[in-house]
Amino acid sequence: MTDNTLRKVTLVEAINMALHWEMAHDDSVVVLGEDIATNGGVFRATVGLKETFGFRRVMDTPLAENLIAGTAVGMATQGLKPVAEFQFLGFIYAGMEHIVSHASRMRNRTRGRLHCPLVYRAPFGGGIHAPEHHSESTEALFAHVPGLRVVIPSSPQRAYGLLLAAIRNPDPVVFLEPKRLYRAVTQSVADDGQALPLDTCFTLLEGEDVTLITWGPCVQETLQAAEQLAEQGVGCEVIDVATVAPLDRETLLCSVAKTGRAVIVHEACRNGGVGAEIAASLAERAFLDLQAPVVRVSGYDTVMPYYRNEAFYLPRVEDIVSAVEQVISL
Amino acid sequence: MRKRHEFHVDSTRYLDDNGSPLGELPSQAAETERVLAAYRNMVLTRTFDAKAIALQRTGKCGTYPSVLGHEVVGTAIGQAMMATDVFVPYYRDQATHILRGVRLEDMLLYWGGDERGSVWPACPEDLPIAVPIATQCCHAVGVASAMRVRAENRAVVCCVGDGGTSKGDFLESINLAGAWHLPVVFVAINNQWAISTPRGLQSGAETIAQKAIGAGIPGHVVDGNDYFATVEALDTALERAHGGKGATLIEAVTYRLGDHTTADDATRYRSAEELKHAWEKDGIKRLQNWLHDHGHWRPDQEKALQEECRETVDAAVQAYLSTESEPPTAMLDYLFETLPDALKEQRERLAQRSTEVRHDG
Repeated sequence: MTDNTLRKVTLVEAINMALHWEMAHDDSVVVLGEDIATNGGVFRATVGLKETFGFRRVMDTPLAENLIAGTAVGMATQGLKPVAEFQFLGFIYAGMEHIVSHASRMRNRTRGRLHCPLVYRAPFGGGIHAPEHHSESTEALFAHVPGLRVVIPSSPQRAYGLLLAAIRNPDPVVFLEPKRLYRAVTQSVADDGQALPLDTCFTLLEGEDVTLITWGPCVQETLQAAEQLAEQGVGCEVIDVATVAPLDRETLLCSVAKTGRAVIVHEACRNGGVGAEIAASLAERAFLDLQAPVVRVSGYDTVMPYYRNEAFYLPRVEDIVSAVEQVISL
Repeated sequence: MRKRHEFHVDSTRYLDDNGSPLGELPSQAAETERVLAAYRNMVLTRTFDAKAIALQRTGKCGTYPSVLGHEVVGTAIGQAMMATDVFVPYYRDQATHILRGVRLEDMLLYWGGDERGSVWPACPEDLPIAVPIATQCCHAVGVASAMRVRAENRAVVCCVGDGGTSKGDFLESINLAGAWHLPVVFVAINNQWAISTPRGLQSGAETIAQKAIGAGIPGHVVDGNDYFATVEALDTALERAHGGKGATLIEAVTYRLGDHTTADDATRYRSAEELKHAWEKDGIKRLQNWLHDHGHWRPDQEKALQEECRETVDAAVQAYLSTESEPPTAMLDYLFETLPDALKEQRERLAQRSTEVRHDG
């Protein structure tokens, strides 16, 4: 049977598809940001929205990230569902006060009278030879903030389903898009408006020997590493965390209870990263299941290098393979 | 050289320091019932304020920011707004909140450390108090944008202090209000002091109102202790906003007669002489004199009003003091619409802890 809603799309096209779907089905969804209307966004994630839904719902803002973050808060208190784009995660920090002190707290501080059903979208991560401030992975900053969801897709299908879930969710979501995967792979995605669950890890590959825990861009390298390790007879369970906050610890604990070993892979700096929270949770609650120390493969605790040295910063397939070999040998 | 633009800033005042008209009054002065209602609200606000400070001094309320000196502008805002408009406050807007229907005990609850003080059933769309300076300006343009998206005939009033006008949030927001033609009125309440920093150190601009010029919206200065000047400016600006004519910035010049908050001591940075001079310009006394001089107010009415305000405030204090604390689990219950699984264990631990006897007494 041919499903005529099925389209072969890239991750960024899946984002665009989800925005089109939700704007067509929910009048309260609006999008705002810099260069998102007429230009369709610097990565073209919002192409066609202005033409379809008009400038009242698709708003080019002045160049002021703080204003974008705060305006979305005000819109959301009125029951709109704003999806605000930041051109790069490196520019969101001007808006941190609104994200940390208002969006994440509005429901709590009004005891539910007002809330912020909004999505802050931002491309993040390295690997595309971008200029300074365009390549960082600072998801841990947001994961630390109570009242925020931090969602990171790693494939076109999950980008579509998770963005729909993020928009429909009645609370604020920071939605980080791995930009080196924007056009790296295509996948068949059904444009059927089906959302995926939030607060849930996705087990991409089942295995018995070691659990590989990752999210965002590193899902690609981790799957490649698992493939190589399979050839050596090592069965890897690969888990895409997807919602790094609030964290679905149960899926991770169940997997580690089975495998007894865990390697965490992320592109962000190691110190205080989401990997540290996962490792601590495993130590607290799965210590007796563990047959080896939990190991992290990550970026370095330094400023993201300019792109000439970018490749030396990013976790590689061989780094993951060697980390697995290390924990397997114990 | 060709002149591209020149500007002037209007400044309005109708009454002298003693309440005598300086010339012809605006039409608002003929609406006696409205003027009397304004006066009553100013007196109630001042009575409440004194009581809130007393509660803090006696350990019955947390840090509290006195509204002393802001009663006139706050009342004018509350009167000029329609019930369907949205108020976006900073943290010294008690006079407006009362007119919007916020209960006095709710304001005490908020400053008394209880989140339920921001529930506000009478004005459910008004934004809660914004403590991070000027951030509310961005929310105000967001609310106004929502009204524009839905083509509603409603408007937003947003307050900010003179210190707040130094922040990007204020400047970015008035800029957007101009670019998007938004139905919003910004009221910069210039009380001369941002804690210890005088107005002159905030900006080299002679007026705050002129910042509107750079944003492409009208800006006016009014004497914020002059009820007629202030309410006329608010009425006009809201009429513009409701009529689809866009945003306005009003600079209401007043004076913070109290400390910044109960945790502050203003004698460290400003003179007794300056304060004495500011008291001579007090807007409540000014309006009372005008009402009296024009036969709208008698000493026995004043006595009855003072008594009535005291009773109202005392009842609110009783309601506040007899409000039981929320269960501690409330700190997790309003974080998300539905408690995520990740937080259930923490909530269980907290629920267990809250059954233990409190040892803080």
